[in-house]
Order: sequence, then C-alpha cells, then structure tokens
Amino acid sequence: MTTAKPLPAVDFLKIPETGAPYLEGLKCKSCSSIYLGARAVCSKCGARDQLAAYRLGTKGKLYAYSIVHRSFPGVEVPYISAIVDLEGGGSLKGNLINIEPDPKNLKFDMPVDVIIKDAGRKDREGNSYLAYFFQPRAA
Amino acid sequence: MSDVYVIGVDMTKFQKAGTGPNVDVLGSIAALGALDDCGLKIQDMQAFYCGNLGQASGMVGQRILQQIGQTGIPVVNVANACATGATAFREAWTSIKAGLYDTVLAVGVEKMSSGLLGGGGGTGISREGLMGSGTMPAVFAEAGMEHSRKYGTTFEQFAKVSVKNHHHSTMNPKAMLQKEFSLAEVLNAEMIAYPNTKFMCSINVDGSAAAVLCSEKKVRELGLMKRAVKVSASILTSDPWQERDLVMPDVSTCTRLAVKQAYEMAGVGPKDINLIELHDCFATAEILHYENLGICKDGEAGMMIDTGAVALGGRIPVNVSGGLLSKGHPLGATGIANIYEVCTHLRGEAGKRQVQGARIGMTHVIGLGSACGIHILEKAA
Repeated sequence: MTTAKPLPAVDFLKIPETGAPYLEGLKCKSCSSIYLGARAVCSKCGARDQLAAYRLGTKGKLYAYSIVHRSFPGVEVPYISAIVDLEGGGSLKGNLINIEPDPKNLKFDMPVDVIIKDAGRKDREGNSYLAYFFQPRAA
Repeated sequence: MSDVYVIGVDMTKFQKAGTGPNVDVLGSIAALGALDDCGLKIQDMQAFYCGNLGQASGMVGQRILQQIGQTGIPVVNVANACATGATAFREAWTSIKAGLYDTVLAVGVEKMSSGLLGGGGGTGISREGLMGSGTMPAVFAEAGMEHSRKYGTTFEQFAKVSVKNHHHSTMNPKAMLQKEFSLAEVLNAEMIAYPNTKFMCSINVDGSAAAVLCSEKKVRELGLMKRAVKVSASILTSDPWQERDLVMPDVSTCTRLAVKQAYEMAGVGPKDINLIELHDCFATAEILHYENLGICKDGEAGMMIDTGAVALGGRIPVNVSGGLLSKGHPLGATGIANIYEVCTHLRGEAGKRQVQGARIGMTHVIGLGSACGIHILEKAA
C-alpha cells in the first residue's frame, strides 16, 4: 500500500507531523554513549533502561571515507561513502554529496552539514523515502 | 593440560569461484590430504569440527564424512564469518585441551561466487549507495583511510601491499593467481573503492584446507613428533565496544586484544615471530595489522612496506603464500589455509618461498562483525 507521506529510510530518521524531519539516536544516562537505532541495553556499559532519546547534531566533520566506483547493479557510481563525527556526539555513515568525488577535494575533518531530503528511490509499493546526506559546509 | 600439535595438514589449490566441486567433495579433498599427511585414517579421528559459511545450515561436516567415512564421531559445524576456519581449528584444539580427545580433524571449506560481498539486506529500499556503502572493498577502504588520517599513509603504500603479495604468490603453486603486478599496474587497475583498486581486493575462490590435531601423548605414541607443529597459542576474540561501531566496523581492537593474549599464552613476543599469515582481505587491511600485531610501532606500517621488512627475505615476512589478495580467500577455509602455510614453513617444506630457518609463525584472521582468531605455531623438533 502506498502512503501519502514519505517514509524514513532508517528508523532513527524521525518525521514529525509538523516541522522539519530530524535524526534521533539514543544516549546512555550512565556512560553517555550514543547509539543509532532502537535498543534496550547499552552495549558499552551494560546499563538497562538508561537509554534516552537524543537529538543528533546537524553539523559534523569528515572522519574517513571511500570513493566507491563499483557497486551493485542500479547504484549510481562514483559516490563518496563517508563517516562523519557529529557535533554533540555520535557518528553517521552516509553519502557525501554536492562535491566532486575526487580524493583531492576531500580533507579529513572538513566541516559538513547533515541534510535530509528525498532518497530518490522508491520501494516496490511505490512509497517514497526520506534519507540523510552530507554536504560540504559553505564557508 | 596437554600440549596440542598439528600432525597432518593440507589445502587444495585455490581455484576460480564457482569452478570447484560441490562443497562436500571439495572439503573431503583437503580432509583426506591432511589424513594422508600424517598417515592416519578417518577411523582414527575422534571428533570433527567443520567450518563453512555459504551453507552454514547445510550440515557440511556430516556430508564430508559421507564422502570419506561415516564413523559416527561427533561433528560440529562452525560459522564465524571469515574467522570460520580458525574457529573450527580452535574448537578442535579446545577439545583436546579439555582432555576429551587425542586426535581431532578440522576442515574449512568454501564454494563462492564472484563479485562484491556485503551491502545487501534490509527491507523497504536498498541503502547501498544511498547512505554510504556496505560493500567490503569500501568498508575496508574506510578503515585504511582512518590510518591515512592518523599517519599520512598513501595510496602508493597501500598498493605496495598488493605488489608484494602478488609477487609472493608466484612461488606458491597452490595460489589462485601466480602473477606479478607492478606498482603502476596496481595503481592503474580498475578502481573499486578508493583507495582499493581491483588488485588490492582479495579474490573470491573455491577452496578447502584441513588439519589433524593431536595431543602430545598421542603424537609421541604415533612417532610423529618429527614433522609435528606445536600450537603454542590459540586465541579468539570479539570486538569490544568502540564509539564508531555502528558506522565503521573496527578490526583493530579485537586484533590487538587477541595478539596480546596470544603472545602471553605462547610466552613469546613479536620479535620471536619468523613469519605471519594475516588477514589481507584488502590491501588497506594488511597495513593496519602490522601495527595491530605489534611487529612495528603505531605509525610505522607505511615504513614497513616501503622498506621491504614484510617481504620474503625481510625482517618479518608477511603473507608469503600470496595472501588473500593473490592466493585467494575462500571465506570459511582461509583460517586453516593460513595454518597450512605456516606449518609448511616450520617443516621447511615451502620450496621457493621458504622463510629460511623459520621456527615460530603466526596466523591471523578477521571475521567482520567481528571475530579475530590468532594462532602461534612452533616447530616441534
């Protein structure tokens, strides 16, 4: 069944009734570790029932990357697979867009913004999805 | 607890993915080879640990016994990603250490298809190429780039690993590829996931490897100590918590944890090791493991490849078999194939690629997800 509203591409992307979509992880009240996705127990300290919703930052720095030239059929290449450390804690993996995928252009710790937009892919039922991406922060 | 020895060991010649016989027949070839290597029969084995990933629910161990002799012994089928073979070997070792058995067979076997591994799964829409890449070349490229950000490791340094391992493979008749590549050829090969080009990615192959493990008392009773290889350490770890776990699998911490325990168990240090077969699933990964295994200081891995310290004839030869990059990587068989390689050197039977005077060797595998298996092997006689 097709839904009128877009669906989140990952469960930690939240789409509120009103206002802009955002990314929400979990933070352990005992040890401050941050997680993406649902879980009951902190895998760092083992605390139970100590994980509280935590709004993830929208700014970050490029930690590591690969430029992917060969992928599965239907996946557009080349693209930058990036690991980004977020301001306020936590790390994300995603596509770094709006920059030519060339190692010359990529500097470790370069500042990036997290943006949320249409994924450009639909599921078999025709539903559209929202996904997050990184883009270089304008100076 | 008894010391444990490898008395028989063998591997098949690794071959192009999909061209080998069925998994049970393929596994039986190495199993029979290992039994012949020590002159024992399947009737002499008291237990069998079988490693395979592709048919993990397919009772591969029992099917191998249907090919070589159904004696009614306990069979345990093991899956632990690319640490599967090492895990099966270690379970065999554990059972002898526990005093349950004196003679145990361990086999690793894999039949593969060609192409990219990883990146599949999930419901709804595919996230591959939408939220980064889960393909193995990209995941290990990112791990390599983490090393670059720390120490300035270059594309050329990563590529030199491939040049070295492909060169080594020209001396190994059991390697899938036995072909030399120049640095320029490696750098200019098809880019798969920067900085890993095609020749910096391990080759999917069909293959199997097997070992017969034996208690010290039984080795002496059989009079087989002359060619026996002592298992001085057998360690398995999983990945301890790391802050980027959910976006970046960490193959370093579990390796460091394992090697520390392995050196302690064997009572040796990195300077005592004469050769290493480590998990070069991608050229970027090999660089990380020089430091992880303690054969150089943190930040010196680039120097290790630049100076040839890790090449045959160097201070500590790494992957003289050709490694996963050139010998090939049949996932569930790799852990035992590494043990075959080190045993062959300790026995002085490695032909042109022989590490002269080798007395102690190390094997290392990583199963992403993650598992790290390390064995230290020592010449017995």
